[in-house]
Amino acid sequence: MSMIAMPIPDEGIIARKSEIVAALAAALPAEIIISDPEETRAYECDALTAYRCPPLAVVLPRTTEEVATAMRICHGLRVPVIPRGAGTSLAGGALPTADSVVIGTMRLREFLEIDTANRFIRVQTGVTNLSVSAELEAEGFFYAPDPSSQLACTIAGNIAMNSGGAHCLKYGVTINNLLGVRMVLSTGEIVELGGPLLGASGLDILALICGSEGQLAIVTEATLRILPKPEGARPILIGFDSAEIAGECVAQIIRSGVLPVAIEYMDEMCVRAVEAFAKAGYPNCAAVLIVEVEGSEAEIDDQTQRIRAIAAEFDPVEFRTSSNAAESLAIWKGRKSAFGAMGRLGDYLCLDGTVPVSMLPYTLKRIGELAKDYNLEVANVFHAGDGNMHPLILFNANRPGELERAEALGNDILRLCVDVGGCLSGEHGVGVEKRDLMATQFAPDDMAIQMEIKDAFDPEWLLNPAKVFPLDVSRPHRERGARCD
Amino acid sequence: MRLNETDVNRSQGADVLAPRDESELAAIIAESHASARPLRIVGGGTRVKMVETEHSRLLTTRQLSGIVTYEPGELTLIARAGTPVEEIEQMLAAERQTLAFEPMDHRSLLASKGTPTIGGVVSANVSGPRRVQVGACRDHLLGIRFVDGRGRIIKNGGRVMKNVTGLNLGKLLCGAYGALGVLTEVALKTLPMAESEQTLIFGGISVAEAVEIFLAGLSTPFEISGAAFHGGSAWLRIEGLSHQVEYRRERLTALFRHRTIDICKDEKSKALWRSLRDLRHFSDTTDAVWRIFVKPTDAPAVVTALQTLGGQVSLDWGGGLIWYCGIGDAVSVRKAAGSGQATLVRGGALCGDLIFAPERKGVAELSAALRRTFDPARIFNVGLMGSLDADKVY
Repeated sequence: MSMIAMPIPDEGIIARKSEIVAALAAALPAEIIISDPEETRAYECDALTAYRCPPLAVVLPRTTEEVATAMRICHGLRVPVIPRGAGTSLAGGALPTADSVVIGTMRLREFLEIDTANRFIRVQTGVTNLSVSAELEAEGFFYAPDPSSQLACTIAGNIAMNSGGAHCLKYGVTINNLLGVRMVLSTGEIVELGGPLLGASGLDILALICGSEGQLAIVTEATLRILPKPEGARPILIGFDSAEIAGECVAQIIRSGVLPVAIEYMDEMCVRAVEAFAKAGYPNCAAVLIVEVEGSEAEIDDQTQRIRAIAAEFDPVEFRTSSNAAESLAIWKGRKSAFGAMGRLGDYLCLDGTVPVSMLPYTLKRIGELAKDYNLEVANVFHAGDGNMHPLILFNANRPGELERAEALGNDILRLCVDVGGCLSGEHGVGVEKRDLMATQFAPDDMAIQMEIKDAFDPEWLLNPAKVFPLDVSRPHRERGARCD
Repeated sequence: MRLNETDVNRSQGADVLAPRDESELAAIIAESHASARPLRIVGGGTRVKMVETEHSRLLTTRQLSGIVTYEPGELTLIARAGTPVEEIEQMLAAERQTLAFEPMDHRSLLASKGTPTIGGVVSANVSGPRRVQVGACRDHLLGIRFVDGRGRIIKNGGRVMKNVTGLNLGKLLCGAYGALGVLTEVALKTLPMAESEQTLIFGGISVAEAVEIFLAGLSTPFEISGAAFHGGSAWLRIEGLSHQVEYRRERLTALFRHRTIDICKDEKSKALWRSLRDLRHFSDTTDAVWRIFVKPTDAPAVVTALQTLGGQVSLDWGGGLIWYCGIGDAVSVRKAAGSGQATLVRGGALCGDLIFAPERKGVAELSAALRRTFDPARIFNVGLMGSLDADKVY
């Protein structure tokens, strides 16, 4: 029995399944509705696969208007709605309940407008993150946020979770690159926020929507800021024989005035796993940093020299630069295959806390100690430049009690992140995974106002209701919502 | 905690509430909430000249002052809302860092006195020319503490760059002009100062040519960090490591080889952009000043329409921001702005200052719902920012 509870589904709603499906079918094309229990199984979980529950039905609209129709019907019948992008959430953001309808954005796949002169692209939100940059490739532009799941994840999910990625050290996360949205409220009302302009007067509701984890609205169209592609980019690999010293080197690079696009960190365990899996030729040492710099050849050389001078003070065991595309790929190869390589070692939980950069060395040390206490192994691979850690807790799901132990360790590590001045989630979101830890980061009033905002957007609490806030904390809001006329 | 008002803009000599700490502030707000007595909230009072609301008491955060922490190695600063911007800038400069969003100082434009505070910068989301490259104030805001309209002390966000834990209230309050809560503390990202900077100056050109130059420059990978126009001159700023700036200047000069280009460097360039940032070119006029956001490619047509109303313009953000200083009335200015958004920043002969562009219907309803959520008794800055009263001013 694992630790994260979901609310008891409403038997009354489940009993009305045929009525609900009929109402959807009366207003929407049959091919976008899935209600066969065999087929709804495909939507029973996202990338937090330890938790599964098939929904009542699934709707996969192709237009904003279809999303609005589905939402209006669910609202009228008081059926909870679980928004879903590509289902790559590691936090269980798209985990259904048995009494819910999943509304997926994956068929909203149109590119609507590319305007390189005004530097934006407008898309339907079911397009994948990577396809946006691919669409812009010929124009010499790109879309900056690059979550690891970018091949599969959609812009809708990126907006819901305010996704980041390796390169956000320089370019920011989704909210810094999102100019406007078209979205559907829980009532089915369509609202547009922002647009191609660089500023807006009025409240910044867009910033509230981005990262609201599908609890305020479903975003169906997005206007994204695009950037001209850099002339070139080159990674540098730096090896250290101490994790703490690697952490100090990160802080020194950040402070120096060189602004790398990315600083990635991998610890010894991760490096070994990667070597066994991808044979990237990484040095055998306690910690590896991959620092990427951008610009012309001369600019890259200049920045590389500066980083070399900084790193030299920390006595690296290796400082490897790349002189061509193949060498660059080889340096990135290990980092990019880290999650796959770790997967070969067994099951793992991927955490996502952020800590102040100066606290990296201490946090790494404490994670090692905690892992020992729990008798579990933890590998560390993360975005070091912004302190966004991804400890991977290895466990064996077939061994009774081990998932629970891994979750308990994960909770302790996330509490540690908060204690040192950081937060529970840097880029994956709270979902169900970190829901019950919210009280470690937020006082009751801090959470109360967030739930009151949800009351204002979605008085009935129909949109993704069992996420983000601990169930006992959100219960009064959900119950009041259920009594709404 | 009551001061006799001297340096905050105010027509009458009534007392000013100036709480010394967060809990004093919370008590004042809780009491105001209970008695539904409106408050007019200011930091240093340099950015918003407002029509006085009859029953409002003035509340300033300027006594909530001081740096809480500054960690240059983490690029993070936490300061109390009333901390003078100048104090922060000096402290950062000592570590060769800066607030990269380059907040404007409104004093010369608005002829306001007083000391600009960091809380005021965040409340108004004040972002200067570098916004085109690095984003706005809100993009550099990491966390806040504030008191809501019921007197609750609330924190949101934190001091780390990446944080998606819960709803982002910091960015929502940034640019909300105190309508949702009174900021007590802000955490901001700082960035290293550029090692070197140069500005390319294009003289004797039209608005249309300037926008052409902006679009071409901003489509290069050379990270143009300023693209502005006024009085027949356009400026492109490049910043970075010394080698980088030299290289980029060469490449840009080659790109614009058919044009005459002057260069100014470092201190001269800095002074130029400070002056552009603060709209010094409009400080000796008294006409109304409008801030108009447009698509850069729309800028030439909007400027032509504005010029027929009488007055002058300047451009910033690569043409995405038009400043219009002139006698056009609100209806005509908004018509000229087309699909752009016009906000009145200085009233001139028009009645009142800081009048926001009207919101679309669905958005206006959400904004009203948020204001009710944060400030149920409607005590914060009544009459400012999209409130129903705004229409009456015309």
